[in-house]
Amino acid sequence: MSRTARLILFLAGGAALVVLLAWAVGDLPSFGHYNHAYGLSLARREPSERHAANVITAIVFDYRGFDTMGEELILFAAVLGTALLLREAREEEASGIRDRMESDAVRAVGLVAVAAIVLLSLQVISHGTTTPGGGFQGGVVGAAGLILVYLAGDWVAMRRAGPKPFVDAAEAGGAAGFVAVGLAMLIAGGAFLENLLPYGRFGLLDAGGEIPIVNLFVGIEVSAAFVLLFMEFLEELMYERKQAGAKL
Amino acid sequence: MIGVQITALALVALAALGVALVQDVVRQAVLYSFFGLSLVALFVVLQAPDVALSELVVSSVAFPLVILAAIAKIARRKERK
Repeated sequence: MSRTARLILFLAGGAALVVLLAWAVGDLPSFGHYNHAYGLSLARREPSERHAANVITAIVFDYRGFDTMGEELILFAAVLGTALLLREAREEEASGIRDRMESDAVRAVGLVAVAAIVLLSLQVISHGTTTPGGGFQGGVVGAAGLILVYLAGDWVAMRRAGPKPFVDAAEAGGAAGFVAVGLAMLIAGGAFLENLLPYGRFGLLDAGGEIPIVNLFVGIEVSAAFVLLFMEFLEELMYERKQAGAKL
Repeated sequence: MIGVQITALALVALAALGVALVQDVVRQAVLYSFFGLSLVALFVVLQAPDVALSELVVSSVAFPLVILAAIAKIARRKERK
């Protein structure tokens, strides 16, 4: 295709996109004026039905909990596949590698930041039913804390803070825990993932019945998944560096 | 539909354009996290704080780190050849 033809095609497509986008954006409800039947109905019913102040967490882990389980298993399968592929190609462990951050300033600030980030992660996960956030968001924040151990410290320190067998087990255990909660409800006489636990008190951490439990498992799973993903890529890099015999 | 939504959308468009126009992949990975931040602002404006939090952690932590690790690996392999 010639350059002119491509340009014409792009301009026509771009113009159509702009028109459709402007049309869609023009019909958005204005800031603070939400209006949708499902959302409004759930926002009205959820506080008395499930006692969770964060309606979104209640929707994600209860009303549509089965979908969320699928999403979590997608992440599990994706990370599992990555780990299988990368570990297969590696013959030996990338041990004996030192990749140290030499700046004392970075190390000191990093150490403080690791503590703050891990604390933030625990806060976001545990307050999933009361404030925005929950297992997924808090989990990634927690993974960032461990990755920061590498960035501010070294590879060995990160491996020591999160030994691979432990991370592997956490990833699998988090995914299995979600399914186990669902099965437990089935055994208890309800439907799969039906919320049969006492709903607790509105606005407190025990609110929501099974929601905080599933939320915690998701936090563990997501946290471990992102750490594992990063570790696999990093180990690949370290191994190549070792093979290349580069100065470390 | 008011100014704050238009501003947030314009920011997203601007940041996305930046990511698309930059040639160097490392710069692209860093710019992408700024694009993610503009999306965070958009999601907050559209009243989706939970989605905004997810976008915040994924676009500013998870995605750039994995991309940078992959770029580093590719660069090293090229170096060796």
